[in-house]
Amino acid sequence: MSKLRDAIIPAPLRKVAKPGTTPPKGPAPSDLKTSPPKRQGDLDATLEKAKEAPVETVAWLDQRLGASGFLTGMLFRKVPKGTNWFYTLGSATLFAFIVQATTGVFLAMFYTPSATQAYASISHINNEVPLGQFVHGMHKWGSSVMVILIFLHMGRTFFFGAYKYPRELNWVIGVVLLILTMTMAFTGYLLPFDQRSFWASIVGININGTGPIVGPYLSDFLRAGPELGATTLSRFYAIHMLLVPGAIIALIGAHLYLVVKLGTTAPPWVKAERPKIASPVAELEAGAGNGHVNGHVNGYERADGHDGTGATSA
Amino acid sequence: MTRRRALTIGSQAIGGLAGAAIILPAVGFAVAPIFHRGKERWEKVGPVGDFVEDTYRQVVFTETEGIGDAGKQTAYIRRSSADLEEEPGKFVAVSNRCAHLGCPVRYVEAAGNFICPCHGGVYDFQGRRIGGPPVRPLDQFQTRVRNGQVEVGPRYSVTNQLDPVRARDPGEFTGGIWEYLYPPRPSTFPAP
Repeated sequence: MSKLRDAIIPAPLRKVAKPGTTPPKGPAPSDLKTSPPKRQGDLDATLEKAKEAPVETVAWLDQRLGASGFLTGMLFRKVPKGTNWFYTLGSATLFAFIVQATTGVFLAMFYTPSATQAYASISHINNEVPLGQFVHGMHKWGSSVMVILIFLHMGRTFFFGAYKYPRELNWVIGVVLLILTMTMAFTGYLLPFDQRSFWASIVGININGTGPIVGPYLSDFLRAGPELGATTLSRFYAIHMLLVPGAIIALIGAHLYLVVKLGTTAPPWVKAERPKIASPVAELEAGAGNGHVNGHVNGYERADGHDGTGATSA
Repeated sequence: MTRRRALTIGSQAIGGLAGAAIILPAVGFAVAPIFHRGKERWEKVGPVGDFVEDTYRQVVFTETEGIGDAGKQTAYIRRSSADLEEEPGKFVAVSNRCAHLGCPVRYVEAAGNFICPCHGGVYDFQGRRIGGPPVRPLDQFQTRVRNGQVEVGPRYSVTNQLDPVRARDPGEFTGGIWEYLYPPRPSTFPAP
């Protein structure tokens, strides 16, 4: 494993060994003060230098960024036993978001967020722009893919109990990301401005309006007025491509930070190995056996403690 | 209070003011439409003689300007009927916007009912709900006669007894305590 690590990580990114822990590499030069060995041809020297260029570039950057510690910690972090394909759903959702962001940027180059021109600009994208239908299709179907993946990811987190201490905050951030994803799906639906999106948005806004007291004002806010009008489309467009994506990117950053910081959980069917230290069960059995203590003993035995929390609570 | 503490509070206050100077106008800009009421507009939909008492005539007029066909509204218009104990000499303009979630309803001549295609809402000849999920009767538009022409104006909602109230969005109940749970919005016109 360490060989593979050495092969992947460039030398400047490796952790520096403590002095004295590595064996000396061959005999030391007999006289350190002699001049360096004579250079070979110019070509050889250049090639030699060129070989070192990538490493030197990375080293130059790392001296200024100090990112190697963070990157090795993030990319080579330990994962628990039993980690399986279900753990890729979060990355899959992230990938779906990246697809949406990329295709969205290129769609924005051709789309006109105006009530009178939106439909025509989408027709133009679909029928005349080279690969336009393909990119539009990726964005349209990709949105459904992202919604499906984010729900599967949430289900995995729920059924594996991965929302428990100390990861509650990451669950909360995830719920906000889910709401923002639904907001993206809702606001994006209006943008083609055909019959389907027009009536779907009217129904969606009216469902928002059925909330007591704040509902009517929320509808007016979404529509920018009492009726769906010209500003509704630009409002949805601004929410869809400026407001919510910014929030999603920021929250994905926080979400990933916490994943790296806290690590992932093992699946619930993976039991923790028994500690090798002297068994507390035996110690407690030797002592006074009242019900309180027995409860603790049972708690200890049952604690699967795959993230160490069960054991500390006992 | 120490000098350090006074300066801390002072600089935080200035930072807060600077932040508010950016955030408040932006938020105000976004929520301003809630408090803005557009100009009242009236549109001619046909001469008085076009409309009768016992059936509706469908008219299409512009409710929201600047967005082409999307800003058009459909209303069903008839003369008020003495048989239905309505004030004589008026014109009734029923909106085709379903009171459930806003789908377009259609007047079905054979049944004498308004029927919604989306979730099966049914309304009687006067627009009262008689079936399906809608929560109140169909909305109406104000009407008036100018130079022999019927004109339609702002929208208003009605209670189950057909008493006019300020326009509500679809899905919102009217009358009684609902007038407080779904408060009237400043962007709508007062009921006639």
